[in-house]
Amino acid sequence: MKTELAWVTLAGVLMWAGGCKREQRVFDPGAAQSQIANGVVLNEVHAGAEHLQEPSPSPSGTKYEQSAYAVGEGKRLFESYNCSGCHQHGGGGIGPALMDAEWIYGSHPEQIYSDIVQGRPNGMPSFAGKIPEYQVWELVAYVRSMSGQLPEDVAPSRSDEMAVTQAEQAHPKEHPPDESQHNVQRGKQ
Amino acid sequence: MLLSGCQKSATQEVMQPAGFGGVMHPYSGPMEKDDEEWVRATKDYANTRYSALDQINTSNVANLKVAWTFNTGVARGQEAAPIIANNTMYVVAPWPNKLFALDLTKPGAPLKWSYDPNPSPAAKGEACCDLVNRGAVYADGKVFYNTLDGYTVAVNADSGKLAWRTRMGNLALGETMTMAPMVVKDKVLVGDSGGEFGVRGWVAALNTKDGKVVWQAYSTGPDKDVLIGDRFKPFYDGDKGQDLGVKTWPPDAWRIGGGTAWGFMAYDPAQNLVYYGTANPGPWNPEVRPGTNKWTSGVFARDADTGQAVWFYQMSPHDLYDWDGINENVLLDLPVQGQTRKVLIRADRNGYLYVIDRTTGQVLSATSYVYTTTTTGVDLKTGELQRVPEKEPKTGQEIRNICPVAPGAKDWQPMSFSPRTGLLYVPHENMCMDEEGVTPNYIAGTPYVGANVRYYAGPGGNEGELMAWDPLSGKKVWTVTDKYPMWSGTVVTAGDVVFYGTMDGWFRAADARTGKTLWQFKTGSGIVGQPVTYRGPDGKQYVAILSGIGGWPGAIVSNNLDTRDDTAANGWGSALRDLKNVTQAGGTLYVFSLP
Ligand code: HEC
Repeated sequence: MKTELAWVTLAGVLMWAGGCKREQRVFDPGAAQSQIANGVVLNEVHAGAEHLQEPSPSPSGTKYEQSAYAVGEGKRLFESYNCSGCHQHGGGGIGPALMDAEWIYGSHPEQIYSDIVQGRPNGMPSFAGKIPEYQVWELVAYVRSMSGQLPEDVAPSRSDEMAVTQAEQAHPKEHPPDESQHNVQRGKQ
Repeated sequence: MLLSGCQKSATQEVMQPAGFGGVMHPYSGPMEKDDEEWVRATKDYANTRYSALDQINTSNVANLKVAWTFNTGVARGQEAAPIIANNTMYVVAPWPNKLFALDLTKPGAPLKWSYDPNPSPAAKGEACCDLVNRGAVYADGKVFYNTLDGYTVAVNADSGKLAWRTRMGNLALGETMTMAPMVVKDKVLVGDSGGEFGVRGWVAALNTKDGKVVWQAYSTGPDKDVLIGDRFKPFYDGDKGQDLGVKTWPPDAWRIGGGTAWGFMAYDPAQNLVYYGTANPGPWNPEVRPGTNKWTSGVFARDADTGQAVWFYQMSPHDLYDWDGINENVLLDLPVQGQTRKVLIRADRNGYLYVIDRTTGQVLSATSYVYTTTTTGVDLKTGELQRVPEKEPKTGQEIRNICPVAPGAKDWQPMSFSPRTGLLYVPHENMCMDEEGVTPNYIAGTPYVGANVRYYAGPGGNEGELMAWDPLSGKKVWTVTDKYPMWSGTVVTAGDVVFYGTMDGWFRAADARTGKTLWQFKTGSGIVGQPVTYRGPDGKQYVAILSGIGGWPGAIVSNNLDTRDDTAANGWGSALRDLKNVTQAGGTLYVFSLP
């Protein structure tokens, strides 16, 4: 069973043309915390530390995630900015795996944007001033494609390099624990 | 009597195949007198890791029991050798590198004190291979060790108070420190890590009293930086010439060329020479650094007082595969063609077991000890490694079946030598890889590698092996295979027992003469550490090992990596797909004794 999310924004409703696999997302940053994720009721009370409030959504995040070109660029940049030196091809090494459902600092585009720009204390370098903003968004979109968060027709289907893992397009969608901090959630038949 | 604990596990097998042909001959050369402690990781200056204790021996080792344990509080790769001196055991944990002093005079060895160096968390992103530390060294009432963020610290052995600390590594450039220092006279010798980050390698000698750097010798760059001067007399022509540390590189590439020194040091008091290996050149992709890339992937002999180089030998000139030359050097006096020679023996990452004259740097023999597709031998006239050109990595092309792998025929995990059998007990890998060169990009503080790699087991399907090697005939006597790479060191005793651990957590005692498992104990996590043995204040012999999976391969578990990616942990994903199902991260010291 797949879960389809609907996110409601304060700013309005963001929708994009849906291929059948594409999700319709509407943001609601202020939503209450009790929903059902994969049939499991989540706690009302949250620990304070890591998964803070859901970040304010950025239109950039979503825009880049709709563009196969941008995601492809992100894949190339992931190599040329040496992200792959620490995260390998998503399985991780020095840095954590990015293809799984676990997120230290959150799975949302804006959080990943901050990971890259601000860096993180336990060894994630800050790329502030080193990567132009649009490229950061391309990287964000690509990072999310590694765990199957992007529509299949946007995620890269092949690699120019030696095949060391399935193409991102074939990566199963992981369900990070923070994906369900949304207002409305429906199971899908 | 049938002890269930003595049965072999399914993944392990002892073999003495035909054609091995090595023999045991007691060693008559000099050995350092055993102090029954373990003051440095290597046990003695010669790196034999031999203990003359024989209370625990082949006839009673089956009765070995846990005496006490201690939790380091860090569930990361435990590669350190516990240090025993001053009726105390000193244990360095992985980052954040706390040093624990355990009181051996009291039951259960309670904590006397702990020292917290408070290292930078940023170091966690700069260390290639988990957050490991390979141990401390005790000398003159102080304990010395290195922190991951690049400091050498000296702590008062009784009080646990900091005596001094000296910043040696530049974290911003990806320079970290993991090696176990050695003290020679009034100097503590240390070296850096970071060969995967384009750092420039070095070894330094610090005054044990105040931490001031007395000398520092780089592995690349002009002769004055490398401490190459009048005394330098390399044996082979390829190592002769001025400023080869500059000229054997493309312009300026030596500045980010690697050659770090993160292995164990050895010392020959008679010649006052220290020996150590230099790590791989950076980046891995060899196409961007034409030349022999001096002085990487080789061995230096240096004057212990001045650091001046005396000779150098390069096992892997213009290294193609990340074959660091850091593996330990065991110093022995062996008969070679009827003459006793002072030699240095090393099981190199490139797959050859070298016997080198340690006075001159001449290679006396270099014998293949693993399955190899990449080289055909070592030319003893020129000292050169004979390459197989088809196996050279190429940018944009996948080359398959490169054997041995990047971690080598053997990585840092140290061997031991018993004078009673004359054999070396060598834990090592049996692995091959596929590699594709990619364009490396130097960004300070990020990896500088330029290669995609995927590792897997070599012929036979076992990734690891412990072999007993006869250095005179250059042949194996026996070998124990293991499903996983054998990433723990070994210790051998006068009781004819070899202790070693496996990545799935078994700690074993093998018969030094046959390899047969005489005893085994399943620890809480995988073992990648260095076993030690000592006589306690109560007169009993103890054996100690840290259990805690991690290090380069074990990071699959300790850093919770995803093995759907073959390149996870820089190539181990494909080799260790199931390791997370087999063992969990941990960090526990186990100390064993007879009841
Ligand atoms: C020098 C090694 C290194 C490099 C280079 C690096 N990272 Fe990281 N990265 C890390 C480490 C270590 C962490 C974990 C940080 C922490 O726990 O505080 C991390 C964390 C992250 C996270 C957060 C993961 C989570 O679970 O919340 C993301 C996303 C990320 N990195 C993406 C990137 C991208 C994109 C690049 C390239 C622009 C990159 N990294 C380059 C080491 C690195």
